[in-house]
Amino acid sequence: MEALFLLVPLSIGVVFAAIWFFFGASDNGQFDDLVGPGWRVLQDDDRPPAKPKDTDEAA
Amino acid sequence: MSSCFHCSLPVPAGSAWQVTIDAVVQPMCCPGCAAVAHSIVDNGFSDYYRTREGYAATAAQDGLIPPELKLYDTEAVAGADGNGNSAEAIFLIEDIRCAACVWLIERRLARLPGVQAVAMNAATERLQVSWNRALCKPSDILVALREIGYAAYPYDPVRHGAQLDRARKTLFRQLFIAGLSMMQVMMVVLPVYMARDGTMDAEIASLMQWASLLLTLPAVLYSAQPFFRGAWVNLKTFQLGMDVPVALGIGAAFVGSVVATWRGSGDVYFDSITMFIFLLLCSRYLELAARRKAASALNNLQSALPASAWAMPGYPDDRALVLIAAGQLREGDVILVRPGEAIAADGMLLEGDSAVDLSLLTGESQPLRKSAGATLPGGAVNATQPIVVRITQAARDSTLSILVKLIERAGQGKPQLAQWADHVAAWFVGILLLFALAVFGYWQWADAARAWPIAIAVLVVSCPCALSLATPTALAAATDRLVRRGILIVQPHVLETLHRATHVIFDKTGTLTAGKPVLRHVELLGAASLDWCLQLAAAMEKSSAHPLAAAIVSAAQHHPGPLLHVPDVRQVAGRGLEGTLGGGTYRLGSAAFVGDLAGTNDDVATPDATAVYLGNDAGWLARFDLADGVRSDACDVIAYFQSSGKTVILLSGDQQTVTQQVATELGIGTALGDTLPEQKLAYVQALQRDGAIVAMVGDGINDAAVLSGADVSFAMGGGTALAQLHADCVLLSGHLSALCEVDMTAAQTLAVIRQNLGWATLYNLVAIPAAALGWLTPWMTGIGMSVSSAVVVLNALRLRRARPFSRKNF
Repeated sequence: MEALFLLVPLSIGVVFAAIWFFFGASDNGQFDDLVGPGWRVLQDDDRPPAKPKDTDEAA
Repeated sequence: MSSCFHCSLPVPAGSAWQVTIDAVVQPMCCPGCAAVAHSIVDNGFSDYYRTREGYAATAAQDGLIPPELKLYDTEAVAGADGNGNSAEAIFLIEDIRCAACVWLIERRLARLPGVQAVAMNAATERLQVSWNRALCKPSDILVALREIGYAAYPYDPVRHGAQLDRARKTLFRQLFIAGLSMMQVMMVVLPVYMARDGTMDAEIASLMQWASLLLTLPAVLYSAQPFFRGAWVNLKTFQLGMDVPVALGIGAAFVGSVVATWRGSGDVYFDSITMFIFLLLCSRYLELAARRKAASALNNLQSALPASAWAMPGYPDDRALVLIAAGQLREGDVILVRPGEAIAADGMLLEGDSAVDLSLLTGESQPLRKSAGATLPGGAVNATQPIVVRITQAARDSTLSILVKLIERAGQGKPQLAQWADHVAAWFVGILLLFALAVFGYWQWADAARAWPIAIAVLVVSCPCALSLATPTALAAATDRLVRRGILIVQPHVLETLHRATHVIFDKTGTLTAGKPVLRHVELLGAASLDWCLQLAAAMEKSSAHPLAAAIVSAAQHHPGPLLHVPDVRQVAGRGLEGTLGGGTYRLGSAAFVGDLAGTNDDVATPDATAVYLGNDAGWLARFDLADGVRSDACDVIAYFQSSGKTVILLSGDQQTVTQQVATELGIGTALGDTLPEQKLAYVQALQRDGAIVAMVGDGINDAAVLSGADVSFAMGGGTALAQLHADCVLLSGHLSALCEVDMTAAQTLAVIRQNLGWATLYNLVAIPAAALGWLTPWMTGIGMSVSSAVVVLNALRLRRARPFSRKNF
């Protein structure tokens, strides 16, 4: 059980590190737009032009 | 019938609009959609059509017209700043529907020469652009967005919403820290709860207590700040809000736990404290989100309002009008202000004799008479005559400041119900604090060891949040829902008063009828030619904002004839217009008004049309028959109010026969025609003396007095600015059914507030005695109070889900 005397303070240290990281991410605007980035990855610029038959389903 | 490939609206029969997209010819509903689709394909963005998840907004735009976009080049674009050659601004984009929109906008602008960086925030619909001043102008950006089908407006982040945004961001961080802290403390205290007696030695238990103390610190010191700050503000102003018991409860529990940990004996409540802070912050976050939504809806609305003026650069020799941005006006500029329009900046009256409404600036409700030489403050509304004003002070933001005031007034005012709730909450908290003290004293005497936790439990369990938190949330949610449907509530009492109203009075023209009459027939009564009469009437009506005027002006454009200029047109409210041409006096208006000048006449007007007469001192000239169709939703709206037990009355300045005909068509029992503005007001006041609560729905200059006389007033959107400012609520959508929307929202809002108050009463009657008797531990009370808050806030948020009005709803 002596390990607890090391592990519990260690976990507290990890929590405070997590808080520090969270503030950093929040200041960098990580949480400002939770919608757009998810959409952005769906769009490829290098897609070849669709063949005519593909457009039927798009329509 | 096929549907438009761009916006999904049905393609009208015989439409030839089509665009080849990915080698397939696609149908388009209108030239606007076709132009947008062409622009998208030509720029190589046809991938948009393959990846979009919804159709675009229809491109038949009636928003900004291209010349107006240019105004943004000279006017410092709101929020534009930067140094040297580079500028940066934020634009508000409407109708972001899916991933493809974000992609399309960013790619299109990145192609624009001079644009340095583009970032689209899809969640807030804001677009941040930086560009090189030398290569690119703001109007180029707006035009490029327009070409691909998006309406964009410059957005000033410092003006509104920025504060709410910052508050939301801070609250989000506090919520996150509280959640993290709560979970960590739970993990540490779990072994203490699970360990059987004697299995955990004192050293480990003490370690766990110290660990939870450290983990609670961020929650108490950072996340609980809003409660401590709120309580401090309350105490400084000698008011008692719900933050006082919350802060006291958190403070007492934390101090008690720290002392117990230090001494190594006694109970600790770190888990209860963190959980309480987290859950209560959740309710706060929901409430703030509701308010932010309402504020952003108002913001979007504001950006659609124009900020321009009609300047006369060649005055006095040349009276040609040029549209310029209000922000561009300089000292010495001369502008024309039409009736119903606001004066763009501080100025001096040069020409004309008019009444000016200062109610927004000074609170003076009566329009004041002003003649040449008088000074006019920017933001005042010109009420009766077209006037020419020389700008004396370049107040570049006076038009905007009106809008800001209007919108802030809309957001700030507290309805009586909310004031009452605040008042009751203060009493509740005061009594609660005394009660907690008494309970502490009793237990100190009966069982001293339990006195501290029980006093904390009493403080924490009580929940005045149905009063302090849920009522504003309900009102914000209702406002948000109404704004999204194009209904702007200016005065806070609208919802309550409309719900209590016994009489609903409608104006006819522009309210029950579509407000767009057309010229059906011209009956010549004198020797003058038809074209000349029409041109004269149009010249006189040119400066009037009355719906009948627009019909005559637009009819004249389709007839050939000499363009006439009638310099000093005077408007007689409720009767007609008078002007001089070539030394003769001409009158245009009702038969009685023209008859005063032209003598008697035995002409009989057609019964189903409004007759406008034209005559001079030599005799009668012509009769214009204007007919106006009843709005398609008018019948449903009348039936709705009648079925909810309100008396519906039609008051109109129009002829009795026409008024009666519309009333019969719609099933309205009481219809009064031929009423002057003073008579309308007298009628409303007579009803009020008999105990009636009157809701008035109107449009146009003639209504201003009666609108402010009624208990609650509504103006149809598209009406003149003056009518909008006088009304308690503006129906911007221009649909009469919006009125039913307001009434149903009012009923639901009041029902939700009553439910919340009922729930809070029941909860407190059960929970406070239970806590005082020592049946509840602090963690139970923490959950009880937080869940109770969440229940009332979530109940209030139900109001945001709007059911559109249709016949089925009643």
